[in-house]
Amino acid sequence: MGQGGQGGQGGKYGLTDHIVSPRVYFAIYAILLVGTYLTIQIAFFDLGPLNTIAALTIAVLKAVLVVLFFMHVRHSTPLTWAVVAGSVFWLAILLTLTMTDYLTRGWRTYG
Amino acid sequence: MPDAAIPHAGHPSGLTVSAPDHHLAGRSALAHQFDSLEQQREASTLGIWVFLLTEVLFFGGLFVTYLVYRSSYPGAFVAASHELLIWAGGVNTVVLITSSLTMALAVRAAQTGNRRQLVWLLVATMALGTMFLGIKAFEYYTEWVEHHVPGLNYRFEGEYFRTAQIFFSLYFVMTGLHAAHMIVGLGIMAVLLVLSLRGRFTPEYYNPIEAGGLYWHFVDIVWIFLFPLLYLIGRHAH
Repeated sequence: MGQGGQGGQGGKYGLTDHIVSPRVYFAIYAILLVGTYLTIQIAFFDLGPLNTIAALTIAVLKAVLVVLFFMHVRHSTPLTWAVVAGSVFWLAILLTLTMTDYLTRGWRTYG
Repeated sequence: MPDAAIPHAGHPSGLTVSAPDHHLAGRSALAHQFDSLEQQREASTLGIWVFLLTEVLFFGGLFVTYLVYRSSYPGAFVAASHELLIWAGGVNTVVLITSSLTMALAVRAAQTGNRRQLVWLLVATMALGTMFLGIKAFEYYTEWVEHHVPGLNYRFEGEYFRTAQIFFSLYFVMTGLHAAHMIVGLGIMAVLLVLSLRGRFTPEYYNPIEAGGLYWHFVDIVWIFLFPLLYLIGRHAH
């Protein structure tokens, strides 16, 4: 602890937290809106299984932007990074181990 | 505004933390169990993130249920998804993303000690959150009128009568749980607003604003996934 937020604007506010420019927040906001628009537009084209993959890819990218910029993880301590990565990791275990079961049930052969 | 000459709060000497500048409304900004304001803020952020980790897995259980049933009954999910109001879900996505922007800017206003801006941005965030719940309530009303509520007044024409109920059940549980989080978020915002009006936050101490913001953004992220998964399945088909 202690040195986690070094390199911030400590001189001005007496603390070492990062204060992000409003321009960055507005830029992220614009990207999130474009992502929402693209998600809706893509849904009306028949891309087969790619429809779901495209929708989820855009959703993941939007979530990453919110986490990194709006939730300040970009400037967070390694300990916070570990917790964020941990949540993604356990969610991945939950999703992949369950789906490796359900999606492969049709593959079984008897005899 | 703090004087530029105030020594670094995280200084190893630990002496600066008891300076009068870190007292507000008669109480110290620094709780006695922390060495520095910086350590205090890091502990607060870490605590909220550990809570959000449990929330990710809480919603994760519903998302995995959704995946299992969608892969089992793809036709029913397409047919039932077409009954949802795509414009309402889309508008609500924009409303929530905008509320995340006002929340991020509110945290910034707290960091820079702009109390007036902080108050108005919290009000804007609450207004957008309320607007989201209003549109959601209109959707629920529409779905009630159209007999899409399993167990209460359910009707569905065609071959998917049975399996479309699974979609609608998941729809109501997932959006309902999300809406419950929004209501909790509005309660948190109301408390933060009152504390802001009382001048409880300074650039040295705004941990509750940061923590409330993290929760609010998390609820936004859940919706970012709910919208395409519930409203946009197979939209090209009809």
